[in-house]
Amino acid sequence: MTPASPETPHELSFGHVLPPEETAAPSKGTIRVLQLYPRDMNIYGDWGNALVLAQRLRWHGYTPELLEYNVGDDFPADVDLIVGGGGQDSGQLVIQDDLLSRETVLKELAEDGTPMLVICGLYQLFGKFFKTRTGSVIPGIGILDVETHGTDERLIGNVSVSSAEFGTVLGYENHSGQTTLGPGVEPLGTTAKGTGNNSSDGQEGARYRNIVASYLHGSLLPKNPALADFLIKTAVERKYGTFVPGTPDDSYAALAREHAARRPR
Amino acid sequence: MLYFSVPLGKLVRRVSRLRGGGSALPGLVVEKIDPGFMQRTLSTLPLGVAVVSGTNGKTTTTKMVVELLESQGLKVFTNRTGSNFTRGVAAALLGEVDWRGRLDADVAVLELDEAHAVHFVNKVPPRYCLLLNVLRDQLDRFGEIDKTAELLQHIASKTTGAVVLNREDPRVARIADTIETATPNGPEVLYFGLDDSLLSTFPNDDEMRAAPGSPVPPAPAKPQADVVLRRVGADDADFEYDGATVTTGMKLRGVYNIFNAAAALALARAIAVRGAGRGTSGTTDSAGLLAALANVAPAFGRGESLVVDGLPLELVLVKNPSGFRLGLKSFPAAGYATMIAINDNYADGRDMSWLWDVEFDTLRDGGVDQLTGSRAYDMALRLQYDDVAIGAVDTDIAPALAAFIRGAKDKPKRIFCTYTAMLAIRRELSKITTVEVVS
Repeated sequence: MTPASPETPHELSFGHVLPPEETAAPSKGTIRVLQLYPRDMNIYGDWGNALVLAQRLRWHGYTPELLEYNVGDDFPADVDLIVGGGGQDSGQLVIQDDLLSRETVLKELAEDGTPMLVICGLYQLFGKFFKTRTGSVIPGIGILDVETHGTDERLIGNVSVSSAEFGTVLGYENHSGQTTLGPGVEPLGTTAKGTGNNSSDGQEGARYRNIVASYLHGSLLPKNPALADFLIKTAVERKYGTFVPGTPDDSYAALAREHAARRPR
Repeated sequence: MLYFSVPLGKLVRRVSRLRGGGSALPGLVVEKIDPGFMQRTLSTLPLGVAVVSGTNGKTTTTKMVVELLESQGLKVFTNRTGSNFTRGVAAALLGEVDWRGRLDADVAVLELDEAHAVHFVNKVPPRYCLLLNVLRDQLDRFGEIDKTAELLQHIASKTTGAVVLNREDPRVARIADTIETATPNGPEVLYFGLDDSLLSTFPNDDEMRAAPGSPVPPAPAKPQADVVLRRVGADDADFEYDGATVTTGMKLRGVYNIFNAAAALALARAIAVRGAGRGTSGTTDSAGLLAALANVAPAFGRGESLVVDGLPLELVLVKNPSGFRLGLKSFPAAGYATMIAINDNYADGRDMSWLWDVEFDTLRDGGVDQLTGSRAYDMALRLQYDDVAIGAVDTDIAPALAAFIRGAKDKPKRIFCTYTAMLAIRRELSKITTVEVVS
């Protein structure tokens, strides 16, 4: 656990450092952001999502407190926002039992409306199960009504998703597990480019309460500030009643989106 | 078949060169009509074949091994064109053999991409292999780090004489277990390593993740290394081998290049000094190798320094988070104008996630003068989130480079670039300064 205080930058896992706080304006409040398993599930720039949440909280006038939960840690109290990433097979094996032991607390937080972002590997493990190619079944924690089947086909490349809620969502996918949604969840959107959840139904990601689940890296949040601000707004409203946004400069994000959208699959 | 495959391949090579075509086509032709060509030709070499593989540093290390061996009078065949896949090797061979298919060399030292090395060693079991590291590189290509480690393990399993391993990379060092238990009469296992005091400058992917203050598992007993890098100075370094520490001057820049020098020294010693895998003593001594090491210049784009307007311009190739971190650490920003060029072609890695695993706080004081490449705006966004000031952004490399050179006329310059961006930048620079030609 390394709570960041406004004065001194604290080194986080993977050697990451949050830039020092610049503004002297009084904070509108503190939001506790928990990274799930950053030591073992961080393969595709997942730090980018945590960094974007922390920095945008500041740009909106709030104070981020970045927390980490790794295998065997005590689960922190008063978590306002949760973010978790993807791992390789060995990383998923390492966290599997620990994650099952945290099923109750994560389920309570999810049902209570805590905003969460889960990418790739943790998206799969937030579902009911992952059935490998050889037929063995890895149980998930079942927060999301989805199931995943391992395949020989690796889905790799740029993805563009049309989402009614967030507009065009851009990212990059790289997975061989294929996920199908049950009636308990909605898709994040439909793919305009790329494959998404599986190679048959054209859907990408899942939405349930305030959880956003997705296969997309890139990292996902930097180029999709609407998605980042949804998570932030939800966390602030749950804690403080109303969200008073600041004015982040999203001109580079807009240009990065424009250029990314033109890249081939 | 055999009688005309070599002349035909050489002919295709000439024609495709005249047309300015790719370097692999003649290799493809000869592979198709004479699948035994490569194995037959390479098996005649008296000192055999050495394969260099791993995620980072293959090109620099291979170049060093070649120069070390050549300094001792050995004739070395290598795939200089950077065609680090099987067909590229066949194509390079065609350029070197005579019309009857004979290769005039003592040893072959080949840089091979991890995935292609597997196909190569199935055809041509090497006498030596040097396995550098397993880092996050183009995961969009290989899938996962553990898979890359398996590829390297396969190379080791086919090696007959000596396997040279990075003692400090757990995924590489672990390969030793599979060799020793699997084949009791198998190859010798040698290591190159780092002094404990330097370990922190080389975080591996697992160590980079460990939270400060979190329990660190006790270090397993380390095997004895054949060559250990003890110290890195401004223009010299200390290497330990045969129980003594020797200081030597270095032209190479950057700590990771000098660690690769330790790797190159270990392989060159195995081939030329120890005679590992041949049951004979070697042909030279290590002092000669070390003298040659002092004169090795960096490979193109690996900390290579050019001169523009009378001031140095350094090119630093970055292709994965560990390499970018080491590059930023090895080449401090103070006093330099900085440009970053990020492309997302296949050879660069197409997923931009890796930029988010690099910390850019060391650039915060001076900012970055110019960004370019097809993903220049992804880089701009990354720097914005690390509070690093940005001068100008232009996705087109030629005008961006010209603006950078114009704007920083009185300062030494440094460009961090991905692979295809580096090729484009070198092409542009060759119009205004002397740039070593890479065919």
